[in-house]
Formats: sequence, C-alpha cells, structure tokens
Amino acid sequence: MSEKKSLGKTFFNGIIPENPTFRLVLGTCPTLAVTTSAINGLGMGAAATFVLICSNLVISLLRKFIPDQVRIPAFIVVICTFVTMVQLLMQAFIPSLYEALGIFIPLIVVNCIILARAEAFASKNGPISSVFDGLGMGLGFTLGLVVLGSVRELIGNGSIFGINILGASYQPMLLIVLASGGFLTYGLLLGLFNLVVKKLQNKKSGKEAQAA
Amino acid sequence: MNLRLSTAPHVHNPVTTQRLMLYVLIALLPTAAFGVYAFGVPALIILLVSMASAVLAEFLWQKIARQPVRVGDLSALLTGLILGLNLPANAPWWLAVIGSVFAVIIVKQLFGGLGDNFLNPAMAARAVLLASWPVHMTTYVAPTFFKAAVDAVATATPLVMKDASLMSLFMGNIPGTIGEVSKIAILVGFLFLLVTKTISWHIPVSMVGGVFVFSWLFGADPVMAILSGGVLFGAVFMATDYVTSPMTPWGRIIYGLGIGLIISLIRQFGAYPEGVTYGILLMNIATPLIDRFLPRKIYGHQKEAKKA
Repeated sequence: MSEKKSLGKTFFNGIIPENPTFRLVLGTCPTLAVTTSAINGLGMGAAATFVLICSNLVISLLRKFIPDQVRIPAFIVVICTFVTMVQLLMQAFIPSLYEALGIFIPLIVVNCIILARAEAFASKNGPISSVFDGLGMGLGFTLGLVVLGSVRELIGNGSIFGINILGASYQPMLLIVLASGGFLTYGLLLGLFNLVVKKLQNKKSGKEAQAA
Repeated sequence: MNLRLSTAPHVHNPVTTQRLMLYVLIALLPTAAFGVYAFGVPALIILLVSMASAVLAEFLWQKIARQPVRVGDLSALLTGLILGLNLPANAPWWLAVIGSVFAVIIVKQLFGGLGDNFLNPAMAARAVLLASWPVHMTTYVAPTFFKAAVDAVATATPLVMKDASLMSLFMGNIPGTIGEVSKIAILVGFLFLLVTKTISWHIPVSMVGGVFVFSWLFGADPVMAILSGGVLFGAVFMATDYVTSPMTPWGRIIYGLGIGLIISLIRQFGAYPEGVTYGILLMNIATPLIDRFLPRKIYGHQKEAKKA
C-alpha cells in the first residue's frame, strides 16, 4: 500500500474488487454458519461491520505505539473490546437475533477479515482511510452474507427476510438450509460472482486498450 | 473416462463411451421393465421424466457453455434412468426433474463433464433429494402388478418392517424404489454386463460380499441384508461407474468391501434404515486415494531388485 489511494477507492475496494466473502474468501466460518436466513446474515454483517470500523480506527491511531513483536495480541485486545460491546448491546436490544447468532457473535473476535484488515491496512494507514476501509470491507461482508442468506432462505424456506415469496404450495428444499447446502450455495455463488467480475474486467481492459 | 490416465501401450479397439453406455442401458432394461410392471404407470412417468430432463439439462448446459453437444454419448440418458430407478414410484414428477438437473449440471458438468466428476451423479442427486424431501423419498407403495385399481398403499420398506419373506424379496414383490425391488431382473442385467465385459466382477461381488460378512458380524441376518434395500442394484449399476471407481482389481475389491462395511455400519448402528447411497458416495471420494496406493502396473516396468 505504498501509493496513496483515494478514500472512495478505498471504500469501494471492499465491496466488489476485494469483497471479503466472494473475492478474498475470508470469514467463511460465520458465513456458512449464520446464513440460513437473510435477517441472520444482515445481523451478522452489521455486527462485524461495527467491530471492523471501530477496531480499524483504534488500531490505526495506536499503530505507532504498538511494538511490532506484540502487535497481534494488541490487535486482539482491541477487537475483543468491541466484540464484547456488540455482544452486550445485542443481548440487551435485539435478543432474538442474539439467540439466532449464538456462539458466532463472540467468535467475531477470530474473524479473519477483521484481523486481516488490522494487519494489512489499519496498521499501515491513517485513521480516516482506515475507517473507510473498515466501512467498505464491512459492507462488502454484509452484502455477501445477505445475498447468501437470501438465496438460502428463498430455496430452503420459500421466503426472504421472513416474507413468504414462493407461496404456500412451494415445498422447500431442506438441504439448502443445512450445513451441506451452505457449502453448495456458497460455492455456486462464489463461482458466479467471479465469473461476472471477470467479464466486467475483461470489458474494461478491452475498452482501455481501444482508447489507448 | 479414465482412459487418459493410462500408460502405453494404447490398444485401439472399437469400444466407445457410447457403446459402453448403451450396454449398461440394455442391462437396465429388465429392471426398468419390472419396475413399470410392478408399480404401473406412475413408475413409467417417473422414468421418462427423469431421463428426458437429464438429457435436456445436458443439452442446454453444453449449448450455454458453448461446448460441443455430446448428448449422443448416452451418458446423460443413463444418469437419468438410474436416478429414476432410485426414486419411489409415487414420487412427484418435479422430484425427478430436480434430481436429474442436479446430477447432470452440478455434479457432472460443473466439475468438468463426463470423466471429471468425483461423485456418481445419480447417487449424489439421490442423496440431495433424500436430505431435502425425506418424506417424498421414503414413502413407498407396495407393488400393484396391474391387478386392481385400488389406491396404492403407502408402506415402509422391508428394511424397517423386517418381515418380508426371502422369496418375495428375491422376486421383487416388496415396496421400494422402482429399480431396487426385483433382484432377479438385476442379476439378469449383471450377467449381460459380465458377458459383454462392460464391467468386471470385482466391485459387485466384493460389495455384496462385504455387506454379507459385515452384517453377519454385526448381528444381522446376512441373506436378508443383501436382498433388501438397494444393495444389489447399487452394486451392479452404481458402484461400478467407471469414473468414480478404482482402476486396479485389488483397488476395486477394497472399494467394494469399504462400501459393504459402510452400508452395514449405517444400517446396524446409524439413524437411517438404508446406507447404500452414502456407502457408495463415501467410497467414490476415497477412489483417488485407493488408486494412489494401488497404482496400475506400468507395462514393461520392473520393480528394482533390492540391493542385498
């Protein structure tokens, strides 16, 4: 990251070019586990986004004080603080979502996206661009989870965000909301996303070549 | 086909993929005919729907992916027929369509098409259907043999009841999926496949032997164990799929015994009454490993003598 990137580019980077779910394939454990419905995906994504923005900000501010040898434990302490805050807030205000996400809220601590952004971005960049990076990555993660959760809920339950779409006569495909269905849907969407991104990039580079 | 993995010398012969598939289709005719005879028109509809949708799925995929259309090699037709024979006769038609499309597109084409799938497509599709719609997949009707126009009676498979006579198990007068009920029709198909050298005896014999020995060891009736459920059908038509079974004779025997062990374990100690599907799928996954430890002998290559 030697070259200075614009804030907009830093923000957008996490949504499509380095989407954590579909391009970096990070944080797959919560991705597979909680996306049995769209609302769970959204809740998980929002919680992770909050932690990501706050931890990126604090780590970026502290980056000159943290000795290199103990940086990982220091990052973990910062991340833990925010995860505990999210956990307590969720338990207090949205207990149903807290129940549904269960163990995966405290496990945000070991979510590789958050540690990866702390290590790869926040510890090397200023606080403002770190916040934008956290926001972009968090929204990209949320987007991935909501898409995956919607597809799985639609096929496995006939609804999206709890609203019945396919009608009462639809016989849901149970497998898709089971663990194996999670892997299956994730794999298929991963392939599709990368196919589309590749197509778009080919078009773009083709245009640039024409212009030049 | 695994042919491209083999080493020289390459002998040219007239055996093509299409011909092998045709032989298996012919071998399945008695089983399919008996299934239609036993379960009537609904069985015929299920078989036709699953074959048609498998062929159509393959054709459309190859068109969309701009690949040469190879529907003519009959492999999709065979996948559809085997899947249809794995369904209960009173299954809804859309179950056959979803199963065929899943088998052809997700299990076969997405992994690179015929020869590159690591699972038997029909078997994987059956596992998906079983996990997704367990009620439709395990509601069996007793054979009607076109006798009376009574409503089909839904019953449990003999694996659950454990009271069918051995004779009716052998002849096929039992509830079950369309293809698995008649053992005699399956054996006719097996003989045809052996005579035409489409398959070798190793996998079916070791798999059925494995089920016999292991169910006996685990305290079940071994004759009942091999005659009930889909053991014979799976052994002859599904475990022997070229792509997903080992290449060497000893590898095939280990593969067959492994399937037999898994089936017996699931039946005796597992939560499901039947384990043929999972037995075959699990050993499909183990096939590359078996082929690595028991590789083909390379023609003209001799083991180096140990230095004394």
